[in-house]
Amino acid sequence: MKQYTWEEVLLTPITTVPSDEMNKTGGWRTFRPVIDYDKCIRCWICWKFCPDAAIRIDKEKEVPVINYDFCKGCGVCANECPKNAITMEKEV
Amino acid sequence: MAEKMLTLTGNAATAWGVRLSRPKVIAAYPITPQTTIVEYIAEFIANGELDAKYIKVESEHSALAACIAAENTGVRTFTATSSHGLALMHEMLHWAVGARLPIVIVNANRAMGPPWSIWADHLDSISQRDTGWMQSYAENNQEILDNMIISYKVSEDRDVMLPSMVAEDAFYLTHTVERVMIPDQDLVDEYLPPYEPEYYLDVNRPMGFGSLVMPDNYFEFRYKIQKAMDDAREKIRRAVKEFREIFGREYFGLVEEYKTEGADHVLVGMGTLVSTAREAVNQLRSEGEKVGLVKVRYYRPFPFEEFRDIAQRVSSIGIMERVMTFGYHGPLYNDIAGALHPTDTHPYMKNYFVGIGGRDITVRDIKAIYWNLKKSCERKDAREIEYVNLAGPGAMPVEKEAVEKKEVVQ
Repeated sequence: MKQYTWEEVLLTPITTVPSDEMNKTGGWRTFRPVIDYDKCIRCWICWKFCPDAAIRIDKEKEVPVINYDFCKGCGVCANECPKNAITMEKEV
Repeated sequence: MAEKMLTLTGNAATAWGVRLSRPKVIAAYPITPQTTIVEYIAEFIANGELDAKYIKVESEHSALAACIAAENTGVRTFTATSSHGLALMHEMLHWAVGARLPIVIVNANRAMGPPWSIWADHLDSISQRDTGWMQSYAENNQEILDNMIISYKVSEDRDVMLPSMVAEDAFYLTHTVERVMIPDQDLVDEYLPPYEPEYYLDVNRPMGFGSLVMPDNYFEFRYKIQKAMDDAREKIRRAVKEFREIFGREYFGLVEEYKTEGADHVLVGMGTLVSTAREAVNQLRSEGEKVGLVKVRYYRPFPFEEFRDIAQRVSSIGIMERVMTFGYHGPLYNDIAGALHPTDTHPYMKNYFVGIGGRDITVRDIKAIYWNLKKSCERKDAREIEYVNLAGPGAMPVEKEAVEKKEVVQ
């Protein structure tokens, strides 16, 4: 991590940019959720349940999209999907 | 409102100091002997005399957490506590410093249990020495009120931005009525302008507070605190000087010297025992003894320069402490010894534990301490610590002179 002198650091540890812009946490993932859009019924349950808000709704295609920069592979979405449209695949 | 005189307990004087400083948030949790402070403030708010949000919380930890959260929004805050309440705040005391929030609290100095005691003892606030709070110790009710206003000014200085603890001795001040001058609100407003921090919670300028840093960066934040504490010494001296110019009361800075001119031996103390020591010094001076007194007003930042200066002028220093810290000398003794170590000046020093757990300290006790100090200095006595009025073996031996002259002692 970059080192700053005491004159450069702010008065108190304040972040002025979200830490996720500097720190992509998706690298923690062991299993990758993959959505089968043929089985997906657009119920948005995965979007609601994702504990890291790493699933967004694509407005144009009207499908849930996983942001792999931040998805940590917890598998909650795959567990909750009523159509088993999400499978957890081991990262290589 | 012009200046007026009221007869107030220390706790009422504290509440007036708070009212005049115009904080926007008060967190309140009761503990003897502090409780009436927040009760008086509640009255002020209910009467429309202080415009502040009053938050009743479920513990002292929460009280300071509430102040921290409120202060983060950019407003002045206050809470008061004592003894075990201050101990429960410990985690949040650190937080206020690291987050650089200039909160001001009052601690009614009360002994730690067990055995349970509600009486005066400095162990509660001394135990918080290393948290990075500035600490002042008041001698009388007027000084509490004035220290409140001075503390907000020093704490909120952009070069300081550290919290302050105003300490007052349990019952000797909290519940004792004295004459107190209430300064003019307009003058206080002039001395203490509204609090305007550089960083605060603002939806139009989003920021995350209390972030994590790696070992590469932590040390630099801590260095800034150390530097702020060092710089605070001069800020306190200036704030006290400006206070005198506006309000006419003199507090001298971090320490006050009393009759130290030409003194061979000086006694050092904090809090209410200083008033008693003034009378003892008056009597001893009238008996021809070359004795002086040093009142430590600010314990943190520690006035090391002042003690280096005093040490050059005296033969001995007797350090009276209303606190038992176990395993070595008392805190003031250690700090004074540490201040003198790098210098060539090493007067005879002796540590006196006195008034522990609110035991009365009389003029006679302090005169006995003086005689012990003088004789010990002459004999180069190797005994470094005395336990004044301890019942049983190990108590400070009372010198013949102190007993013989008791008829003149009140």
